[in-house]
Amino acid sequence: MQEEVYQVKLDNIFEGPMDLLVHLIKKHEVDIYDIPIAMITDQYLKYLQWMESMNIDVAGDFIVMAATLTQIKSKMLLPIHANEDDQEDPRLEIARPLAEYLQMKSAAERLAARDLLGEDIFARSTDRDELLAGRQDEVLKLGLFELIDAFQQILKKISPDDKVRIAADSISVKNRISQLADIFESRESVTFEELFPAGAVKSEVIVTFLAILEMVRLSLVRIVQHVQTGVIRLFYL
Amino acid sequence: MEDIKYIIESLLFVSETPLTIIRIQKVLGQADTKDIHEALTTLAAEYEARKGGFLLREVAGGYQIRSRPEYREWIKRLIQRTPLRLSKAALETLAIIAYKQPAIRSDIEHIRGVDCGGILRMLLERKLIRVLGRKQIPGRPLIYSTTKQFLEVFDLKDLKDLPTPDEIESLGNSFSEIQD
Repeated sequence: MQEEVYQVKLDNIFEGPMDLLVHLIKKHEVDIYDIPIAMITDQYLKYLQWMESMNIDVAGDFIVMAATLTQIKSKMLLPIHANEDDQEDPRLEIARPLAEYLQMKSAAERLAARDLLGEDIFARSTDRDELLAGRQDEVLKLGLFELIDAFQQILKKISPDDKVRIAADSISVKNRISQLADIFESRESVTFEELFPAGAVKSEVIVTFLAILEMVRLSLVRIVQHVQTGVIRLFYL
Repeated sequence: MEDIKYIIESLLFVSETPLTIIRIQKVLGQADTKDIHEALTTLAAEYEARKGGFLLREVAGGYQIRSRPEYREWIKRLIQRTPLRLSKAALETLAIIAYKQPAIRSDIEHIRGVDCGGILRMLLERKLIRVLGRKQIPGRPLIYSTTKQFLEVFDLKDLKDLPTPDEIESLGNSFSEIQD
C-alpha cells in the first residue's frame, strides 16, 4: 500500500477533497452508490498523511471530508434494527455530493468539447479594430488614488453658497447603484464627470462616489483613464 | 421571396454580432417572422450543402455566420489572438453556474468542495458570468449567472441548448433503486 501512495505524481495534486475522493473511486473502479467505505476512508487518510509528509498544506476542507468519511464508516458498523429499515444508507451522505460533482465534471467536459468561439470556430470580429484603435487610444488601469483625486476635483466644483438645507429625499448607495446600472445598461461607457451633474448636492455626490466604489469592488464596472486627455471612463462589465 | 433571403444573407455577412430575427425584421421593415425564419433555414441548409468555409449558427438567441471548425488551424495562423484557455477548475465552476443558475458562491463551493473566489473573479473578468444581485439571506451573497458572451463562446442557442451531462439519467435511476 505504501508503495502505491508514493506513485502519485506531484503535478497531480488534488484540488480539493472531492477531487481526491473521485480519484480514489476511479482508481478502484467502485460504484459511487456502493462505496467500500472502510477501504476508501483508509486510502483517503493515507493520502492526507502523505500530503502532510510532503509538506503540502492540508486545507481544512480535506480534514472535514476525513471526518465525514470516518463518521460514515462508524455508522456503517452500527447494527441496523429491523424497525428502522426506512433509514437510508449512511453512505448516501457522501454519494449524493459525489454524484453531483461527477455530473458537473462531465458537464464541464462537454462544454469544453464544444466548438469554442475563438478556438475552433470564428466569427467576424471587432477585435482587430480594437487592437488598432488601442494603440492611439491608450488607456491606463486606474488606481484608487487617481479616482479619489478626480472626486476631489468634483467636490471643489460644488458651489460653497449651496448652503440651503432642505430635507431632500436622500438616496441610498444601493439605489444609486441600480440607477447607475441602468445608465450603464443603455450606454456601456460613461465618463466619470458625467455621473456628477453640475448642480448636485454634496450628499448626492458622495453617495454616487460610494456607489461607484462599490460597483468596482463587485467587478461590475471597470475604470480606465485616457493617457492623453486624462478623461476617466467607466465601462460596464 | 428569393430577395429576402439574399438581403438577410448580406446582413449576416456584415454583422459582427449574432442577429436576432426581431432585429432582421426591424431592418427589413415589413416582413413576416415566418419568412425570415424560413430564409435563415434555407441559407443554413445551402451552406451545409456547399460544405464551404463557413456555416450559419444559431447562437445566443441570434444567427451568425461562423467559420467551419475544420479550418481552425488556418484561421489561427491569420489572427493571433490569445486563446480562451480555461482551466479544468474554471470550466467546472462555469458548468456549475450554467446548470444551477442563479447560483451563489457557497452553492458552487459546496459542489466542488474548494474555494472558488479567484476563479469567479476571473470568469467575471472574461465576461462569461455576471452578478445578478444579492441573495436576501444572511451575508447577502452575490448571485451569479452566465452571460450572453458565454452562449456565444460555447456556441449555444440558449441555456436550454446546454448539453445534458450524461450521468443525469443513469444517476437518477440508480438513485431511486437505492431509495426503494
